[in-house]
Amino acid sequence: MAAPHTNTFGRTSYHVLTGGLAIIFLFPLAWSVLASVSPQGSTAQRIGYGFGNYVSLYNFGPGLPTIAFNTVVLSLLTVAITFVLSTLGGYAFARFRFWGRDALFLLTLSILMVPYASLLIPLYVMLNAFGLTNSVLGVALVVAMFQLPFATYMMRISFEAIPRDLEESALIDGCGTFAVLWRIMLPAVRPGLVTVGLFAFLAAWNEFFAPLLMLTDPTKQTLPVAVANLRQQTMGAIDYGATEAGVVVMALPCVILFLLLQRYYVRGFMSGAVKG
Amino acid sequence: MASISTTPMTSRTTAARWQVGFQLRRQLIGFAYTLPGLLFIVLLFVTPLVLVARMSLSNWGLLTGDVALNFPKNFVSIWKNQLFWPAVIFTVEYTILVTVLLLGFGLGLALLVQAQSRWTAVLRTVFLVPVSLGLAAASLLAYGFFSPEIGPIGPSLEALGMAHGAIQFLGTPLNALLSTTFLVVWKYAGFYMLILLVGLQGISDDLFEAAALDGATAWQTFRRITLPMLRPSLSLATILCVTGSLLAFDQFFILTKGAPHNSTVTVVQVIYREAFQRQNLGTAAALSLIVLAVLVLLNALQVHFLRGADRD
Repeated sequence: MAAPHTNTFGRTSYHVLTGGLAIIFLFPLAWSVLASVSPQGSTAQRIGYGFGNYVSLYNFGPGLPTIAFNTVVLSLLTVAITFVLSTLGGYAFARFRFWGRDALFLLTLSILMVPYASLLIPLYVMLNAFGLTNSVLGVALVVAMFQLPFATYMMRISFEAIPRDLEESALIDGCGTFAVLWRIMLPAVRPGLVTVGLFAFLAAWNEFFAPLLMLTDPTKQTLPVAVANLRQQTMGAIDYGATEAGVVVMALPCVILFLLLQRYYVRGFMSGAVKG
Repeated sequence: MASISTTPMTSRTTAARWQVGFQLRRQLIGFAYTLPGLLFIVLLFVTPLVLVARMSLSNWGLLTGDVALNFPKNFVSIWKNQLFWPAVIFTVEYTILVTVLLLGFGLGLALLVQAQSRWTAVLRTVFLVPVSLGLAAASLLAYGFFSPEIGPIGPSLEALGMAHGAIQFLGTPLNALLSTTFLVVWKYAGFYMLILLVGLQGISDDLFEAAALDGATAWQTFRRITLPMLRPSLSLATILCVTGSLLAFDQFFILTKGAPHNSTVTVVQVIYREAFQRQNLGTAAALSLIVLAVLVLLNALQVHFLRGADRD
């Protein structure tokens, strides 16, 4: 495209347009933070600015600490499962030739073709049979499963990008393949790992549908469903203030993680998309 | 491998035997590394796929479990379900609206931030921040944002004299659709910008220089170079956007609960209602199976189209 800022008029209108868009994109976020501390009838924060809505949020149901703890455990479990499976699988697909390799890789990718919602009903029945409903582990298994295609693909191309000389000298020196993976390959694929971990974390932290079906016990719930339930509180009146406080608590870790890891995230994404 | 075969070997047969043993060992080790993933996929992907097909053939209650085979009753009952066809039509309308807007908007943003500068780096970050939010969090944010009680838009419009009384952003079928679309476009535009940005950066500068030398206008360059070269990225974006939108659930479940008058019920919401409100897992499974078949077919068609387009 011709550069939109070749003359002064073009440059000014470009900056006005993009600046305006930036404000539109940030406005809802800024508004939710403001709304969570603003005075409002039928919320805990009726007069003046303050953190009354956060107190309502803190005391909702089994309490924010329990719900936040569940959410953190779910997210970390999902990240751990995704790390283990995608690293081992990605390494195998990138560096070994074995019978059925391509079919297995295709099977992993085919998870993408199948809609999430179609599998939740049978997954619910299965987890129920194994006593894994109302268990954060059950939901972590489900969320990790749907992370697998992207994560395995990502780790495969990350491993493929490493020069072979690096590991071959180690193999000839008598290192086992696992030692090579652990000591030499893993440090070299850190950007890929960060991308995979970030995606898995955000997916689990924000997952709504699976916990809605599988975590019906209020003490087992995670943030998204708990905050959605928190809306209808006092006599059918909707507590918008506490809802927006919940949004801030849910969104803040995501935004911070994204800003901190943006470099990895965008780079990992770009390398994936270019190769794909 | 190459470095091994170049090592001098005294006897051909030992070399060959060693090579075969080495290959076999590598094969086994490679396969062993994929075993945890394979086990995981068999248990949590293949088994539920088989189970959903099996469930669709039975009268399978939420609390009773498998009662008896009843094929084809579950499938027939979908046809008679009063929510089903309106949900299909609504989901398709929503998908078309969202896909057109998100691809157009994503491309526009990508073109605006493709130059390398400090300002475009800031813009990219700003457009990507809503992507990091969860859909549920974004929907809950929008729930307040669009409410007559605390929403900021109504009062601003009123102050400007452009509106009188509370605006029902979620109150009419059309408003509910448009408000939800606004939310989804806001949340995902940065994601599609990123996909298309990758595509844009893959186009060789020589092409643009050649076009400039030939005196092409900006529009001609866009039509004749940018768009055709972007086809793979646009196809990927279309597949992701269509699939995601056809499976819409969280945003409508949180924002409208299907209201007003079941006008915003999506297909996945019908599955949810069948399973957990009417407690009929059999029909929910039959519905799931239909959705699955349609999406697999659609994805296959789109991939086919993408491949075909590449060959041109």
